[in-house]
Amino acid sequence: MSASLSARNISLEYAQPAGKRLPVLDRVTASVGSGEFVSLVGPSGCGKSSLLRILAGLKSPTHGSVAIDSQPITAPSPRIAIMFQDANLMPWRTVVQNVALPLEIAGISRNQREARARALLPRLGLAEFGESFPRELSGGMAQRAALGRVLIQEPDVLLLDEPFGALDALTRERISLDLLNLWHGTRPTILMVTHDIHEAVLLSDRVLVMSQRPGRLIAEVRVEIARPRAVANMYDATFVEYVRTVRTAIEHA
Amino acid sequence: MVSEVRKTRLGGREGAVIARVLPYVSWLITPLLILLGWQLVVSLGVYPEFIIPSPAAVLERGVEVIVSGRLWENTQVTLVQTLLGLGIGALSGVFLGYFAAKNRWVDTLLSPLVVTFQSTPVVAYAPLLVIWFRDGITSKVITSALIVFFPMFLNTVVALRNVPPSLRDLMLSLRASRWQMFTLLEVSSGLPIILGGLKVSATLAVIGSVVGEFINADAGLGFLIEQARNAYDTPLVIVTVLTLALSARLLYGFVEFLEGRLLHWQRRGSR
Repeated sequence: MSASLSARNISLEYAQPAGKRLPVLDRVTASVGSGEFVSLVGPSGCGKSSLLRILAGLKSPTHGSVAIDSQPITAPSPRIAIMFQDANLMPWRTVVQNVALPLEIAGISRNQREARARALLPRLGLAEFGESFPRELSGGMAQRAALGRVLIQEPDVLLLDEPFGALDALTRERISLDLLNLWHGTRPTILMVTHDIHEAVLLSDRVLVMSQRPGRLIAEVRVEIARPRAVANMYDATFVEYVRTVRTAIEHA
Repeated sequence: MVSEVRKTRLGGREGAVIARVLPYVSWLITPLLILLGWQLVVSLGVYPEFIIPSPAAVLERGVEVIVSGRLWENTQVTLVQTLLGLGIGALSGVFLGYFAAKNRWVDTLLSPLVVTFQSTPVVAYAPLLVIWFRDGITSKVITSALIVFFPMFLNTVVALRNVPPSLRDLMLSLRASRWQMFTLLEVSSGLPIILGGLKVSATLAVIGSVVGEFINADAGLGFLIEQARNAYDTPLVIVTVLTLALSARLLYGFVEFLEGRLLHWQRRGSR
């Protein structure tokens, strides 16, 4: 299952101490089709993460509305899962307990939820680390556990907030390709915020470019490279051309 | 060559044995030195026996009051008061601390009061508590609970404010209820700071209990010290003080043990 996601006329302002208002997002209208993989790039501080948090139901926009399959989103929905920039694991829980957390909150029995979490670990390359604590994991492994915690929810829509931003280049490449493989399986709708243009082009069907604050959508690049994609694609002339197009759009942001 | 190698090895092994045993006995060194100094002062006869009795006299008096049951009787009273005070003070501190961290109004109404009273010496307001709650066990339990309340309250507020916002967001995005937010996130996240408060509180609880007894009591270790002092029974004063120190240490050790059990994840992976 997957679902479409839409944002209509989203504006966001923050109240400032002096009674001023700081505009963060300016009339953003965008949509992500069912089963589509879309990336959102833009200069830092342009409100990308805020937009994602609005879509996750964690924050209300000042104006405008967001919807999943034309159902308005006003609070976190069970159909939408969000993955944060750092792994954000609970240090007092083992990997299995961390991955199983969403099921625990949903009230699923201990045996069932831990069995499901354990079944997920091999796909994440964490088969032998179920009983490890987060501080025993490397950054990449922790991020894989965080990915597991998202996948176990079997969401229709996946929101990724610079999910691999804190990882080194090689680990990052591997995990993003793993993510791509997992996506090919169940095909959830994905909206990913990233500042890595190569990553955006490699993974996405479409790349949305945002302006500097207050963030507006200023460009849309459709990436028509055949799937499945691999690292080798990154050396193709067409790939480089896409990267250049996105880059130029950001520079004019 | 060969014999030389063997020699160094043997020396190494002996060194290793000492290194292995030392951590277990090192805590004895300071008390033994104090005992030695004490005996020296007594042997020199600088002070009369009723001011500084000999270690042997103290030991003898100690055995006497243990055998007669007088020491245990009074220890029990103080322990019960202390544990009740610790329990009541810690629970109410955590409870109100939770609401102060959650609600700005509770915080505004309580925090200034707590901070002011925390810096007031307990001996100053303990007489009031004895006047209000009489000379039974109640006034001591309340003194003890009150002195414990302050650090527990403040530590709970700090603990809850230190819950990482990113984990709060995670819980919200998973649609956790308020209760789940508390049990699955806030308790575990805040536990290190709250247990730190409990360690301080364990020793404070003993102080509160004894201060109450000093002011007015008919039982307890503080009462026993007062009684012994009035009778110029200095050995008994020392025996009682040592008993108090030991009780406080045991209580502290228990909280430490609890901490080790509850926070075992902190030690994993720090190798």
